Amino acid sequence: MVKEVMTSNKAVAEAVRLAKPQVIPVYPITPQTTISEYLAQYVADEKIDAKYVKVESEHSAISAAVGASGAGVRVFTATSSQGLMLMHEILYAAAGMRTPFVLADANRAISAPLNIWNDQQDSIAQKDAGWLQIYVEDAQEALDTTLMAYKVSENPDILLPSMVCLDGFILTHTVEPVEIPDQESVDAFLPPYVPEHAYLDPKDPMSIGNFADPEYYMEARHDMDVAMNNALDVIQKTCDEFAEIFGRQYGLVEGYKTEDAEIIYVAMGSLCSSIRVIVDELRAKGEKVGLLKIRSYRPFPVDAINEVVKNCSKLAVVDKNFAIGMGGALFGDMKLKIDKEIYGFITGLGGRDITPEALNEIYEITKNGPENDVTWIGLKEE
Amino acid sequence: MVDIPDKNLLAPGHRGCAGCGASIAVKLALNALGENTVAVSATGCLEVMTTPYPETAWEIPFIHVAFENSGAVASGVESALRIQGKDDVNVVAFGGDGGTVDIGLQSLSGAMERGHNMTYICYDNEAYMNTGIQRSGATPFGASTTTSPSGVASFGEDKPKKNMPMIMAAHGIPYVATASIAYPEDYVNKVKKAAETKGPAYIHLQQPCTTGWGFPSERTIEMGRLAVETGSWILYEIVDGKFEITYRPEERKPVKEYLAPQKRFRHLDDELVEKIQKYVDAECKELGL
Repeated sequence: MVKEVMTSNKAVAEAVRLAKPQVIPVYPITPQTTISEYLAQYVADEKIDAKYVKVESEHSAISAAVGASGAGVRVFTATSSQGLMLMHEILYAAAGMRTPFVLADANRAISAPLNIWNDQQDSIAQKDAGWLQIYVEDAQEALDTTLMAYKVSENPDILLPSMVCLDGFILTHTVEPVEIPDQESVDAFLPPYVPEHAYLDPKDPMSIGNFADPEYYMEARHDMDVAMNNALDVIQKTCDEFAEIFGRQYGLVEGYKTEDAEIIYVAMGSLCSSIRVIVDELRAKGEKVGLLKIRSYRPFPVDAINEVVKNCSKLAVVDKNFAIGMGGALFGDMKLKIDKEIYGFITGLGGRDITPEALNEIYEITKNGPENDVTWIGLKEE
Repeated sequence: MVDIPDKNLLAPGHRGCAGCGASIAVKLALNALGENTVAVSATGCLEVMTTPYPETAWEIPFIHVAFENSGAVASGVESALRIQGKDDVNVVAFGGDGGTVDIGLQSLSGAMERGHNMTYICYDNEAYMNTGIQRSGATPFGASTTTSPSGVASFGEDKPKKNMPMIMAAHGIPYVATASIAYPEDYVNKVKKAAETKGPAYIHLQQPCTTGWGFPSERTIEMGRLAVETGSWILYEIVDGKFEITYRPEERKPVKEYLAPQKRFRHLDDELVEKIQKYVDAECKELGL
């Protein structure tokens, strides 16, 4: 184990090196680009024994990933924003074909207007594709989650691909100290992928990606729902196993000072770090406030959330995405699944800073009772 | 002569139309490639008629993902096989003309440019046949399709066929060929050459379609022959940049003999037939037929 200062993109690349995928089809896009560069260099320097497929688009990156995973090897790819949107069709195919590979998404806003800065609209737009989605808060979590994602996805009870979501620039281009596990420990945690359900071997022919008529289609889709539910347990167990070996404990969600909280912020990704500071400041002023960090957005961990929020009276859900006319996606899911007084806040779109003032405002509005169930925070006055 | 083995690697009982040229195209290709082959298919007639879950007609490993990405899927498959040291396994990708010259062009271009050791076979029936005869970039001038119909103000498709084999040749890949299911010996030889080629190989195969072209199902091979004998479809190969005609009709027949039996050309008047004849003559002259 060594400790180095690095960006989350480098941390992801390090995790990929340790996970030893054999095929890496990747297309560069801001702010994912350095992941594609690090991996190209690792392959050039024989730090990874993999085929780096220099595809001509994200659509081909994900298509080659499905092909390689279908052929039975461990696969990694990464993208962001417009690239993830271009992948959209094949994201569904990857999940439906049960190809268990990992994609890192550097969360970035979506056109139009063209914008390269951070929000989470890109991965949120793929929330129903059948992929597991884990949102990370810092570089260490980016590395650790990428390793755990393989173990979860490749579990025979899951066999769905995983998306590791890391905030563009805020994480992808910001350096932090990161512990890099040693290869031996990672190998023990994550043995080589042995495909049991899908491989392309002339000695044992199988057809993958057949079409299914109305007699069979629903069962295939329902099986994905079962697998996604199975993932709740498998993610938690994988986190526990990871903690035993590497000493860092993660879960489906994380509560921060929630035990006696009356109001709890709910958020995903790097924003949680900012909210922790605000929670501490508000607590110092005597406010009973906490934070619920959602790590696993898909599967959506209803029981784990209820466990954290059981004692509170109000939830303030902060979304860096929105469905026009409907509020943020996390807000919508919380309203649907969690029986609490829930308010939604949309902020930080297209890289707009989420300031301490904005987070305090969210708290004040929630405490006093908002006029609307969804409030935009940080809009400029005319 | 072509040696047809007892065991077909594309099993009978699939759902192709009577007289389907695509099944002939694949059967011949797989016979040439042998069992040590992995196949990729674009969405289309071939995929739909051969892989209705829980059945499959494929006796070799097969993967399908979507319509426009068989070049990229094959790239992933090829990469996965090679990194495992399986250098002797053939990778073959099949796409129809729509999946190749239209929606799959970018994906295929990338795959060819990257130099994957694979063979891509476009089975060209000159329109989107799986969905009911909509025009593609490979639909020939004058053909009436459901989206380029003949009518009071239309004579059907108003642009000539996209020259896909030459687009592939422009990628500088080591092997490009045209072929026809009506010339199985020529076709099978080309598939074998393509498989033996180190690097990407592209075969553009004309495949008459009884349903889409509008001829009786027993005349599939005859249509393929007429296409070649009239010079409407020219059989050639380009090996390491060297162009060569692989079959020369003894005497080129008038293009009218090819057009007349097909419903898709039946609306054409003499003037338009003459125009097509001139197109064909020019193409034959350019390629030295």
